[in-house]
Amino acid sequence: MKQSIFTIVSNTALTDSVYKMVLSGDTSAITAAGQFVNIQLSGKFLRRPISVCDYDETTLTIVYKVVGKGTEAMSGMSAGQKLDILTGLGNGYDLTLSGEYPVLLGGGVGVPPMYNLAKKLITEGKKVFVILGFNTKSEIFYENEFKALGCDVTVTTVDGSYGKKGFVTDALPENYTYFYTCGPEPMLKAVYRATSTSGQMSFEERMGCGFGACMGCSCKTLTGYKRICKEGPVMKKEEILWQA
Amino acid sequence: MASLNVNLCGIELSNPVIPASGTFGYGYEFAELYDINELGTFSFKGTTKDPRFGNPTPRIAECTAGMINAVGLQNPGVEKVIAEELPKLKACFHKPVMANVSGFSVEDYAYTCEKLDKEEQVGWLEVNVSCPNVHGGGMSFGTSPEAAAEVTRAVKAVTTKPVIIKLSPNVTDIVSIAKACEDAGADGISLINTMLGMRINLRTRKPIIANTMGGFSGPAIFPVAVRMVYQVAHAVKIPVIGMGGVSSAEDVIEMMLAGATAVEVGAANLVNPYVCRDIVRDLPEVMAKYRIENLNEIIGGVK
Repeated sequence: MKQSIFTIVSNTALTDSVYKMVLSGDTSAITAAGQFVNIQLSGKFLRRPISVCDYDETTLTIVYKVVGKGTEAMSGMSAGQKLDILTGLGNGYDLTLSGEYPVLLGGGVGVPPMYNLAKKLITEGKKVFVILGFNTKSEIFYENEFKALGCDVTVTTVDGSYGKKGFVTDALPENYTYFYTCGPEPMLKAVYRATSTSGQMSFEERMGCGFGACMGCSCKTLTGYKRICKEGPVMKKEEILWQA
Repeated sequence: MASLNVNLCGIELSNPVIPASGTFGYGYEFAELYDINELGTFSFKGTTKDPRFGNPTPRIAECTAGMINAVGLQNPGVEKVIAEELPKLKACFHKPVMANVSGFSVEDYAYTCEKLDKEEQVGWLEVNVSCPNVHGGGMSFGTSPEAAAEVTRAVKAVTTKPVIIKLSPNVTDIVSIAKACEDAGADGISLINTMLGMRINLRTRKPIIANTMGGFSGPAIFPVAVRMVYQVAHAVKIPVIGMGGVSSAEDVIEMMLAGATAVEVGAANLVNPYVCRDIVRDLPEVMAKYRIENLNEIIGGVK
């Protein structure tokens, strides 16, 4: 974990409510795809945890949805503004288990963390299937970005207005070696049931600190109590204990 | 050179700044960021006799200038705290630490305190009779003078270490409870724990916190905390630790003027993990600004 000041390079709308923000700063604490950052916003007491979409030595990219006043304030920020950010939070995805042709399933704002993961897997020479799920055509983002990485991309929409009609689980390839996923909890449950291999899923919870101090985001797993922010947000399929 | 030293129940502190229980874990998360030996001490995560998972999530709700938490005393239980957490704490912190204890019966409190009493690094026992997030326990002991005194006596009987009773603000007369603890042998009083609060999600029309209510903390409660510290510090002779919404060196000085010998910092740690270190570093300059040479001069300065 590291606390540092980032400068906004760009902040652009991808859809009506989803924005992409590129920031420059010290990213040295970020060590894995699937980690998150925690952003301080003026006038808000708690920081806003947002997953990392992509990063390199000097830039951080986040893709976020406006869901409340904090993210609404973020959507109005412009290049040059500075943000106090805690980086390198959470465990992130473990790439070593992927096998040769993993499938990545992202739903809605669960899509962004799949991007850096796909990039890393492609770099390692894996064949990467990507399934991006949205409610409707106007909500789709990042399809071309995944294609540009060289992934085999399928888009699903619940209303059938674009791509394959249905949920991400309706588009699972016949053969895959492992899965990685991020999305709303009903989708994670569906992926858990529909997948035939092991895999990793990223979870969300309301957080206090984001770095393991407050126990605000604890959950029960088959391997003991875990903090979503510290031992998570990524859990292995074998350890997940669904609460009623 | 300004003197930041204070004496808390017979133990010297290099400065009066103490991260509050439940916002600092067992220290080692923060030791990744800076040398936590810069702190006077810290109060580690509330410990109970048996392991506890705590409440269902969501446990956190944001508020204007603060937050509500309903963690529910999640901790691995006193045996595991001693066996697994204290060795890790010892590796990064070399001063006496404050052990925070909660319970569901008088016997629970005594059991846990007796175990922790044997730990060399434990300097003080901070006995929480004020947790608002656990049904039938914690706070119920802190809402009547008789029950608070009974816990105090039971704990004093099993330890030679200073016993600090942590009080709830969710009472009609906090002074009578503080005095009852003092009469029962308490060596110090810490206050305030969180204020009972609640938020509602307009979309779902349900409470945001799964447990419905939780403890409200953060800068919003600071004036209430200053008022209660002032009232209690003027009514008892034992040292008082002030807390509730403290987030700056100025706040520390204000708490001390109200009567606090030392000052705990809670919710602010969750937003800025460096806040306690920064307060310690800022204190000399802020003291100079207000012409304070020695912090001991100002304790209870407001009559």
